[in-house]
Amino acid sequence: MIGFIVKRVGHTLLVLFCVATVAFFIVRLAGDPVQQMLPPEATIEQERALRASLGFDRPLLDQYVSYMTGLLGLDFGQSVFFHRPAFEVIMERLPLTIDLAVAAMAFTLIVSIPAGIVAAVRRGSATDTSVMASVLVGQSTPAFWVGILLILIFAVNLQWLPASGTGSPAHLVLPAITLGLYSAAMIARLLRSSLIDVLGEDYIRTARAKGLSGFKAVTAHGLRNASLPVVTVVGLEVGSLLGGAILTEQVFSWPGIGRLTVEAITYRDYPLMQATVLFLAAVFVIVNLVVDLSYALLDPRVRLS
Amino acid sequence: MLTATLRALRRNHAAKVAVGVIALVVLVGVFAPLIAPHDPNLQNLQLKLRPPFWMDGSEPGYLLGTDKLGRDVLSRVMYGTRVSLLVGLAATLLSGVVGAAVGVVSGYYRGWREQVFMRLADVQLAFPSILLALAIIAVLGPSLLFLILVLGLTGWVSYARVVRAEVLSLREREFVTAARAIGDTGPQIMVRHLLPNIVAPLATIGTLQVAAMIVAEASLSYLGLGVPPSVPTWGSMLADGQLYLRGAWWIAVFSGAAIMMTTLAINVTGDLLRDVADPKAYHR
Repeated sequence: MIGFIVKRVGHTLLVLFCVATVAFFIVRLAGDPVQQMLPPEATIEQERALRASLGFDRPLLDQYVSYMTGLLGLDFGQSVFFHRPAFEVIMERLPLTIDLAVAAMAFTLIVSIPAGIVAAVRRGSATDTSVMASVLVGQSTPAFWVGILLILIFAVNLQWLPASGTGSPAHLVLPAITLGLYSAAMIARLLRSSLIDVLGEDYIRTARAKGLSGFKAVTAHGLRNASLPVVTVVGLEVGSLLGGAILTEQVFSWPGIGRLTVEAITYRDYPLMQATVLFLAAVFVIVNLVVDLSYALLDPRVRLS
Repeated sequence: MLTATLRALRRNHAAKVAVGVIALVVLVGVFAPLIAPHDPNLQNLQLKLRPPFWMDGSEPGYLLGTDKLGRDVLSRVMYGTRVSLLVGLAATLLSGVVGAAVGVVSGYYRGWREQVFMRLADVQLAFPSILLALAIIAVLGPSLLFLILVLGLTGWVSYARVVRAEVLSLREREFVTAARAIGDTGPQIMVRHLLPNIVAPLATIGTLQVAAMIVAEASLSYLGLGVPPSVPTWGSMLADGQLYLRGAWWIAVFSGAAIMMTTLAINVTGDLLRDVADPKAYHR
């Protein structure tokens, strides 16, 4: 087990290092970003001053080394637009993105678990067909289009819920549904197919034979065994909900990290963009590590293979 | 594969409709200049924000209404098809070629090549879906070519993983040993013997990925980071339409419906292909 953890953590550190390198070079893809960050009427002196203050006038290797050493101390660079450390700005927005991700995950589980169970138990029925059809629609519909439709129906026409902004739990409802819909469809589908596999096993037949009701057999014996792959995917989805919130946050003007990324792009605040991209990717990688480790803890087969 | 697909298609009514929708979308995209009733960029401020034909105040000749600049929504949706299809197909093709090459090489040679490519795949997967494309386009600026390159070069991982897994088992088979025995070199074996055997999974992933690429393009265009603003796209129409949701819902609704209809049809077809390629999965 110790060997497995060391190997997995080492692997994660390597990926994090590469991710940081990618984020560093993306910003410098088009050469010197300073020119794009200033308005066209800026003078040469202003350009030179900005370049010097951001360190873009130093040799590339020099910039890279000080960027990497800075990261070790959680120094993500300075935001040009906010005139503050990028990490500070990110930490300010993080709670809102976490709120949204938690609400979206709650919606996902509330919808997908019953849907997956019913579809598997009543396999081939009209219920199953309609669940699977909804799954397909849910997986094919882009999040921002769902969001706009929800705004149109519940905010503009019915006026039940606010269309954008933050401040109350009601503000969270539409963004959470929008963000969670894709995961809900995916998890319902996965739970259904996983449960169908398990329901064909001998021990379910035994449970039924000794007199357990169908419902009891499914919940007590089937669900527990079918849940392992689902638990992994749920864990991984937490990571992608945090990162995938860019579009949802944009649709609902939800001022989390996703929206911050778009703001950084709009303001041509490249140091901040570099920081948010790196931060989102790092969170994703670390969540994956935690999921992997906890999965290995739950299922000995994983760490032996 | 082809006959099995056609047989499955005959039994599956949803897939028949889906294939029909795809054909329609392709025809509209190809013939947009011939069938679109108006120039998609022609502005007429006297006709701005007119509703679709069945509502009061609609303008004859503008079936799906007009946008804030008086441009015809139907014509813009039709022209938007072109960007979506072009980006979807070109990016899928590019990522398929890159992914298949990486997968075959890692699976066949194994060793350091496999290690390097699979670590690269891990790094690629560390970036949540469109984040990488978003950042690169933000720096390089909106351009159709960059968009295709970026989406194509960030989408290779799913092919590479599947192809590598297939090749790992294929390389132990007798026909590969036989080819090696008669003196075929590595590249010859990979191109002549391994690639033809992985066409089916490639076709399945490719089909599903066209839908994913269309959504990615629409997402970037929605954020204003796709193609230059003068080109009508479904994503940019949605972004425009959202600003007028209260008064003119039709701009956002029709462009979004076009995206959903297209991706849904492609996904239904992709599922059919997967069922044909992997009959065990059919009953799930």
